[in-house]
Order: sequence, then C-alpha cells, then structure tokens
Amino acid sequence: MAEAAIELIGINKSFGAVRANRDINLEITRGTIHGIVGENGAGKSTLMSILYGFYQADSGEIRVNGKPATIRTSNDAIATGIGMVHQHFMLVDNFTVLENIILGAESDALLKSSIAKARSELERLEREYGLEVDPDAIIEELPVGLQQRVEILKALYRGAEILILDEPTGVLTPAEADHLFRILKQLKDQGKTIVLITHKLREIMAITDSVSVMRQGTMVATRETKKTTVEELAELMVGRRVLLRVEKGEAKAGEVKLSVKNLVVKDQRGVTMVDDVSFDVRAGEIVGIAGVAGNGQSELLEAISGIRKAVSGSVTLDGKPIDLTGAADPGELRQRGLAHVPEDRHHVGLVLAFEENENSILGYHNDKRYLKGPLLDVDAIMADAKDKIAKYDIRPANPRLKTANFSGGNQQKIVLAREIEQDPGVLIVGQPTRGVDVGAIEFIHKRLIAMRDQGKAVLLVSVELDEIRSLSDRILVMFAGRVVGERGPEASEGELGLLMAGVEQKEAAE
Amino acid sequence: MSFFDVIIQTLDSTIRLSVPLLLACLAGLYSERSGIFDIGLEGKMLAAAFAGAAAASVFHSAWIGLGMAILVSVSLALVHGFASITHRGNQIVSGLAINFIAAGSTIILGQAWFQQGGRTPALAPNERFEAITLPGAEAVRSVPIVGPIYSELLSGHSLLVYVAFLAVPFTWWVLFRTRFGLRLRAVGENPAAVDTAGISVAWLRYRAVICTGILTAIAGAYLSMVQSGGFVKDMTAGKGYIALAALIFAKWRPVNAMFACLLFGFLDALAIRLQGAPLPVIGKVPVQLMQALPYILTVILLAGFIGKAIPPRAGGVPYVKER
Ligand SMILES: Nc1ncnc2c1ncn2[C@@H]1O[C@H](COP(=O)(O)OP(=O)(O)OP(=O)(O)O)[C@@H](O)[C@H]1O
Ligand SMILES: [Mg+2]
Repeated sequence: MAEAAIELIGINKSFGAVRANRDINLEITRGTIHGIVGENGAGKSTLMSILYGFYQADSGEIRVNGKPATIRTSNDAIATGIGMVHQHFMLVDNFTVLENIILGAESDALLKSSIAKARSELERLEREYGLEVDPDAIIEELPVGLQQRVEILKALYRGAEILILDEPTGVLTPAEADHLFRILKQLKDQGKTIVLITHKLREIMAITDSVSVMRQGTMVATRETKKTTVEELAELMVGRRVLLRVEKGEAKAGEVKLSVKNLVVKDQRGVTMVDDVSFDVRAGEIVGIAGVAGNGQSELLEAISGIRKAVSGSVTLDGKPIDLTGAADPGELRQRGLAHVPEDRHHVGLVLAFEENENSILGYHNDKRYLKGPLLDVDAIMADAKDKIAKYDIRPANPRLKTANFSGGNQQKIVLAREIEQDPGVLIVGQPTRGVDVGAIEFIHKRLIAMRDQGKAVLLVSVELDEIRSLSDRILVMFAGRVVGERGPEASEGELGLLMAGVEQKEAAE
Repeated sequence: MSFFDVIIQTLDSTIRLSVPLLLACLAGLYSERSGIFDIGLEGKMLAAAFAGAAAASVFHSAWIGLGMAILVSVSLALVHGFASITHRGNQIVSGLAINFIAAGSTIILGQAWFQQGGRTPALAPNERFEAITLPGAEAVRSVPIVGPIYSELLSGHSLLVYVAFLAVPFTWWVLFRTRFGLRLRAVGENPAAVDTAGISVAWLRYRAVICTGILTAIAGAYLSMVQSGGFVKDMTAGKGYIALAALIFAKWRPVNAMFACLLFGFLDALAIRLQGAPLPVIGKVPVQLMQALPYILTVILLAGFIGKAIPPRAGGVPYVKER
C-alpha cells in the first residue's frame, strides 16, 4: 500500500461566525496528484492555508509522511517540505524574480552570495523543468503566467516535496495551462506529491489520480479519478444535479444597440492593443469575443465602457456616440443603459473594504430608489441587497459583511447581481465565471441567456472557449488586437483554436 | 568678509541645520519602508532631546546622555510598535499620541526636576558632544579654496554630525545589500509575501521600529547636546514633520533623503543669513517670510514637482490575515 504524504485529521477552523472548515479528514498518497474541488467559499483555500501554516486550525491534527507535524507558521511548513502557490500570488511586485525567490530563504546575512547561489540553482531548475523566466525581471512587468512560474520556482527552490496549487489555471491561457500540467506530471514522476485546487472539472479528470469534494466547510467525498465522472463530481459539489451546458433557443436579433467602428486603442506604453476593430451588437443576441488573454480584449472592453482612452474610431450606444477620450462619465453611461462587469473585480468592480450592501449599489447610488432626499435610504439599500443575495445565492447571506470576507466566486456574484439587476439595455461582461464554481457558472449562464431573451444586447469576453461557444450567437476571434474572424456558435473548438493562435484566416476557414 | 567666506559659512550652517532633519528622515525611512507610518518622529526626537540633556547634566557625561536618549526614544518607538503592529491600531493616531505625550511630559518633568521653566541646566563642555578637528585641518587652513573647505566645512563638527552623514551610505547598504534590508523592503510592500515565505512580519517590523527609535534619539541628542547647550521646551519645532516631508520628497531612498535634508537645511541657513539684509530688486524681505520658506517649498514640492512618489504599498495598513 502506498504511503500517505499528508493526513489531516479532524481539522476545524472558524473566521468569526463563519465556519470555514468543519471536521475535515483527508489523506493524500505520496507521489500522486490529488485534486480538491468545491463551490466558492467551500473552504478549500482555508484548508490548504492551514496545511501551509498561514492560518492555524482551531483544532485537529496534521501528519506529514506518517509523523505528527506541528505547523504553526509557514516556516514550519517549508521545513517539513510543503510548498504552496496561493490563489492570490504572494509576490513582492516591485522586486525582481530572484529577490522574490530568495526572500526568506537567503543563505546568509549578505545578499550577494545568496543571489549568486540562487541564480545558479534557478538555472538548474529551469533546465530541469522547462520553467524559463528572466531572473532579473521585475515581477509587476511580467504577465500572470510567468508570475505563477515564479511562485512554483519559489516552492521548488525551498525544496518542496509536497506542492499545493490553489486555482493555478484560473489566470492561465489554455496553452499555459497545458505547460503547467506537463510540469506537474514531471514533478509527480520524480516522486513529489501535488495537491491541485481547481474549478475546472475537465482538468481534474485529465491530470489527477484522486479527487476530494468539499461543500460548505465539510469534506463530502473522495474518489479515485478513474472511477468517477464530471457529472458525479458536479453533483457532489453542489448537492444537486447541474447542467454543464446551458440550453437556449434561437436568437431573435433586433436593432443595433452597440456599434463599434474602426476602434484603435493603445496601452500605457503606446503599443497598439486594439487595431481597427469594428462590430455591432444587436438587441437579443450575445456576441462573444474569444481569444487568448492579452490579445486586446481587456483594452477593448475598457475603451467601450469609457474607462480607457481610444486613439481613433467611434462607439455608439443606441445610435448616440460614447465619449472615447477617457473622460467619459461612467454614471452617465449607466444611465444610458450600458452596464459593465469588469474583468478585474478586485480592482475595478468592488471596494473590498465596503460592506456587501454598499457594493451592491455602487455606481447606482445616485438612483432615486436608493435615496431619501439628499441621504442614502439605508432600508431600501438593505432590502435591495437582501433581494440580490437571495436571487444570486450569495454566501454568506449577510449584507453587512465586509466584501473582502467573501470568497472570490461570491464577490463575482455581487458584481453580476448589481449590474444585471439594473436591467440595462446593453451588458458588457468580462470573464464572468473566472474563479467561479460549476453551480454558480450554471446560474450565471442562465442569467445571461435570460437577458438575451428579454431583448438585451450582451457583449461577452472570455478566455474560456467552452463558455464562448455555449453562450454566444456570434463569435468574434481576436488575435494581436484585430478581429481575425467571425464564426457561428457551431464552429468547432479546433477551428476557433487555430484562429486564436493567429493561424491564417483562410487556412482556418478551409 | 569675502563672498567666498560667506558661502563657506552658509554651507557650514547648512550642514549643521540639516543634521537633525537627516537623522529623523532616515529614522522614518526604516519604519516606513517596513510599512509602519510614523508621524511620531517629532515626539521621539523631543523626548530624546530632553532625556539626553537631563541625563548628561545629572551624570556629567555626554555618553550617558546619549544612552538615555536612545532608551527613551526606543521605548516610545516600541509603544508605537505595540499599538500598530501587535494591536493593529491606527498608526496616525498612535504617532500623534506620542507627540502629545512628549510635548507635555518633557515640560512637566523638566520643571519638576530642574525648576528652570522647562529647561535643563546648561551643559558643561564635557557633557556635550564637542567639535572634532579632522587630522591636518590646521595645516591646510591657509591653502586657498581647498583649505577652508576642509578645515571649516568638513572639519570641526561634532561626532554626531559625522554619524548622521555616515548613516546615509550605511542605510543604503543595509537596505539594498543585506538580508535584513531585503526583508524590510518586502514587508513594506507585501507583508503576506513575507509571511508565506516563513518570516515573522511582526518581529521584522519591530526591528524596523527599533532602528527608528535609535536614529530619532541621535537626532534629539544632537539638538539638545550639540546645537544648544541644553534642552529648551518644544525645541524640535516641527523638524519631525519636515523630515517626513523630506522622506516623501526623497521617495523613501537614503541618498535622496540626504539631498532633500541638505536642501531644507540650506533654506534654513539662507533664512538666517538673509534676516534683515536687504536683497537687490526685492528689497528687505520680512523675517517671517524667510522663516516660512522651507515650509512653502515643501508644499510646492509635494504638490507635484517631484514626480510620482509611490509610498511602500503596505504602508499604514495593519497586517491582518484573519478578519
Ligand atoms: N481571512 C479570512 N477572514 C475571514 N473570513 C475568511 C477568510 N478567508 C476565508 N474566509 C471565509 O471562509 C470561507 C471559506 O473561504 P475559502 O477562501 O477557503 O473558500 P474557497 O473554497 O477557497 O472558495 P473559492 O473557490 O471562491 O476560492 C468563506 O466563507 C470566506 O468568506
Ligand atoms: Mg479559494
């Protein structure tokens, strides 16, 4: 019988009134890849952070390689050979890659020798695993895929035998994710143990040996991956059957609501990110924009929603132009019926220090529904927030909780509820289901289809090809800032994949 | 007096006047780089100035005075640390409280112990840090240009002046060449990264705050035991705040901090020199305006002439992992 690398016995953890983990038992076999799935807020990150010593359990026991381990700080965890790549990266943004890697693992009191040692060690790790990254690059200038690589290197540099990855693929392009999985397999072949948290059941099926399911703080099941199915896992997670693919009728496209003409947008460095893009979105249809992250989709969304300055071109909403000088008043755009669910909910969509009810009306706070004379009508806001919480199943169901205390998926639901419930004529959504569990994805997809069926125009940007294909009535593919093709929803994954990779249009069409 | 002599003298007083600013500014640098904002530099300096002068006059030793200044200043720094690191309190409130405590208690204790209206007794030469003559200063005095620069400008300062200026490269070295410095800079940017790297955030920040206490102590000791021969109430006169402005102006970098403090010191020296003297074209400038000049300049500079000064990202925010 294979030996257990990690045993968690009777782990309990509460944050105030929230019981994030209750009586968790888990055994992970050495030399395997073990998946953990569960709804948003199920307590996956919490459990793994306890194993990594970031939080301390209220009660329970941890055994590593059969021996009881006291893990009070991350230092203890590192010493027992545990490494973790966190959901939100733990990097110092204005440090170099090397500085981040040696931080906490310096070989002596002066940096010079530590850095020299790390540099040669890094070269070895890079060669061994194909984890290339420029050691002198500044973290904030690296794309997220590379930042994640730095996190993995950090763990390996500290000699991790057990590697925990918390939703590593949420921020990766499909190609980057494939590369990551090759690395994980290689690590496994060397006898390392890997714990992988993800919402993407396909990834679980593709790479793990066994999988555990969490629901509302408890561990509900552990299965051998070979002996389970996506449907079973989804059902275990949510506690009911889940439709993995939404059903929808024919689109009844009406008049043009949003029209983009010859739009050109540059980023801060002056690089052209959106290059002469034109398209229309009509009432009653969902237009999906597919593309590998970083091909101009973000900039396109920002320009249309008036946040980013456009160099040239025009955008009209219901026939009237939108101010593209970057000085547009978002409040005015909202009044004209343009709602925007930004890609980056942490920085743009929410004020994390506010309470849930405040965020649930943010941007619409001048609406007379929420006002009593010059003051906010607190009762109306509360009632409204409670209504949205019930409708969108936001957990915990407490409108007075600080937004930072909601899990990522629930934060996303707060933004979606706010924008969709305003009943806008045009909805622009970026990555609506990033980091969101299957149950919530089903719900969000249904809402978007319902919006469409009510005759709203929806512009959807997503790096998830599945999502684009199952929701969109028309698919535009962006590559290097240009729209390189338009396809119907019946287009195959392979065809879209080629377009996304920038393979010549004609070849792909054949 | 020749024009050259005037310049030498002005620069000489520039150095003397910038020393307390520089020490306080570097003190703030350690704390703020670790993510703890410290508006209490002023209070720590004042308390140290008092403790230093009082101990020096009672024990007849400048060194005991300095030791006592450090003890008091570090204790206050630890109070600030306890409030803002351990108890995650508001750093501005805690810093302000320290300023009030220092302003009040130095007067009360001074009056109770020495009955001289809040002053400490005038210090005898051996109770102060006296001027040091650098080797060869007398010999080269008569050499034109270089002579006066060496013997007037560089030589003949108190030990603490040299300490202040040596603290600049030392701080730079600590910050950018040592493990402690790397961790210090990291914890001010992203304490969670430091925590998950297996380093104690609290202990690291406490050490930073202790460094701050030591440097403000030297700044305070300089005021009461070098610049004047004893403690006078409120003798810091806002220098702690100017040092904070200089820190922002310097973008939290040690060498920049030195130039910022020299600039402020120079304006001060200029104000003193030009007092009452008529200027060409403008005529006689009111003393008050000259004295306000450093402050006016601070406002103008901070209002946008220095480009973007990005503070350490985690500055002022207590590190809370479980909400
Ligand atoms: N630092 C914290 N302070 C207070 N509450 C927290 C904290 N971290 C998590 N929680 C709460 O604990 C519960 C579990 O959160 P956790 O982040 O472990 O969920 P998760 O399964 O990782 O979800 P997701 O898939 O959205 O990342 C949630 O209700 C969350 O709001
Ligand atoms: Mg999580």
